[in-house]
Amino acid sequence: MYNLKLSSPTSVLSRRGFLQQSTAWGGMAALSGLGLSACATRMPEHAKVVVIGGGYGGATAAKYVRMFSQNQIDVVLVEPNEAFVSCPMSNLVLGGSKTMADITTPYDMLSSKYGITHVKDRVTNIDAAKKTVLLARGNAIRYDKLIVSPGVDMMWNSIEGLAAAQASGQILQAWKAGPETMALRRQLESMRDGGVYAISIPLAPYRCPPGPYERASQVAHYFKQAKPKSKVLILDANPDVTSKGPLFKKFWAENFGGMVEFRGNHRAIGVDAKANAVRFETENDVKADVLNVLPNMSAGSIAMSTGLANTNGRWCNVNYQTFESTAAKDVHVIGDSLLAAPLMPKSAHMANSHAKVAAAAVVAQLSDVAVNPDPMLTNTCYSFVTDKLVVHVASVHQYVAAEKTFKTVAGSGGLSPQPNELEGIYAWNWAKNIWADTLL
Amino acid sequence: MTLHTPFLHLLVASVSAALLSAAPSWAQSAYGSTTSSATANPLTASSLHQRALAATCANCHGPEGRVTAGSAVPGLAGLPSAYTVTQMKAFKDGSRPATVMHQITKGYSDAQIQSVADYFASIKP
Repeated sequence: MYNLKLSSPTSVLSRRGFLQQSTAWGGMAALSGLGLSACATRMPEHAKVVVIGGGYGGATAAKYVRMFSQNQIDVVLVEPNEAFVSCPMSNLVLGGSKTMADITTPYDMLSSKYGITHVKDRVTNIDAAKKTVLLARGNAIRYDKLIVSPGVDMMWNSIEGLAAAQASGQILQAWKAGPETMALRRQLESMRDGGVYAISIPLAPYRCPPGPYERASQVAHYFKQAKPKSKVLILDANPDVTSKGPLFKKFWAENFGGMVEFRGNHRAIGVDAKANAVRFETENDVKADVLNVLPNMSAGSIAMSTGLANTNGRWCNVNYQTFESTAAKDVHVIGDSLLAAPLMPKSAHMANSHAKVAAAAVVAQLSDVAVNPDPMLTNTCYSFVTDKLVVHVASVHQYVAAEKTFKTVAGSGGLSPQPNELEGIYAWNWAKNIWADTLL
Repeated sequence: MTLHTPFLHLLVASVSAALLSAAPSWAQSAYGSTTSSATANPLTASSLHQRALAATCANCHGPEGRVTAGSAVPGLAGLPSAYTVTQMKAFKDGSRPATVMHQITKGYSDAQIQSVADYFASIKP
């Protein structure tokens, strides 16, 4: 007959107890269609849409599948973290004007308001033929449609010695916001006045083109107040600043004097942890007190291990009208992990934009209505050069069927004329609004 | 620990039956604010595409054009369609000063602007 497991006699009417019991009856399939809030104890076996990754791409995709389908399509989101920590604005934690709490948003609204089942786990494999994802805990979840938004992972082998130096906590990246952000801030706080912070930037493309330069600005802003004899060294594999170059360089010269130094054509090939030095392909070694070394990046590891990263073994190629992978049917890939369309940056705003186009395509395909023939994407990227002054870059992208890709719309987009305080206000409001759009 | 009594079985069964029968309206009304005014209408390609286009504004102007409390970036939900159209055109031709909207609006056609304006006019702020 039935095996009814109760955690306590009073739990029979609590949702947790009820869901645990109903699993034994096989009633879960019916219940999951009701869009009941997620419960950590409940493990779904199937969902019309499974989303891998709860970042700007995945969380937005999960939410918008629910919204666009008027809650008719059930969604499972596989994301191991308890809360969403934003990379955009995380440089302000390094600069000292914001806290980790300021950039952290819980995931629970996705469940309580939108009926998404949040499974706190990682996906270790995707069987595209059987349409199944395998979780680290051993369960499998079948899907009708899969949306993969795995972000980027560091290519540790591209810089000798870096993996070990990162594991020991000595040479950090903090390119996925979270505990490493605070750890890097602590390194900066502990540094002596007169010390050197060096950031090493890989060849483009990498996640967030202006990010390293915003970070250098934030560290300089902090040093200017707290350790004015110190230096910020930007060691860039690229020949020049890859984003908002003239704006950044002018500000560094006018606002930070000789504190910030940019050196292009510095491609890092190794780190010497004992000597606190970075080795370069063609330039002399550079020593620093705080080393922040960013290696080459690739699509997130699940995309790499499953073959979704099918271009140069590094980025995911997709049909841009729907974001369906060219490697697997009914698997859609979005965000930083993509092989970029022309002038398409790897940004949070872009991942959120991808997610909506992919969600609409998935809902259309599952509902048997026509897919949008000309989707749009927008991007606005704000960079803080101090705690208050901001510059932006904006772009608008239109899908062009004849070219099967997104192109920027002629005459649209652009930059700020100079860093300004009004945009500093808009930038923080952008963050609050995009977090609401993605998660609340 | 495993418990199995006839009472428990009956109790849970009746709770389950109540929940299941109440399900359809509960599932929709619990998430009411996530749906557009077209909730009552079946999903069509044109309504979906209109909604997806309007969603390109949400990154800055909030989901469904509803901004967070104290936002300096204005909300769009509920604005009269004609107003939104004239503002977007003013950004596009430079007659309304902007930090970024002049750059964004130049990426949208007149038809797209009308579509987006109509959508937000239909949303309760």
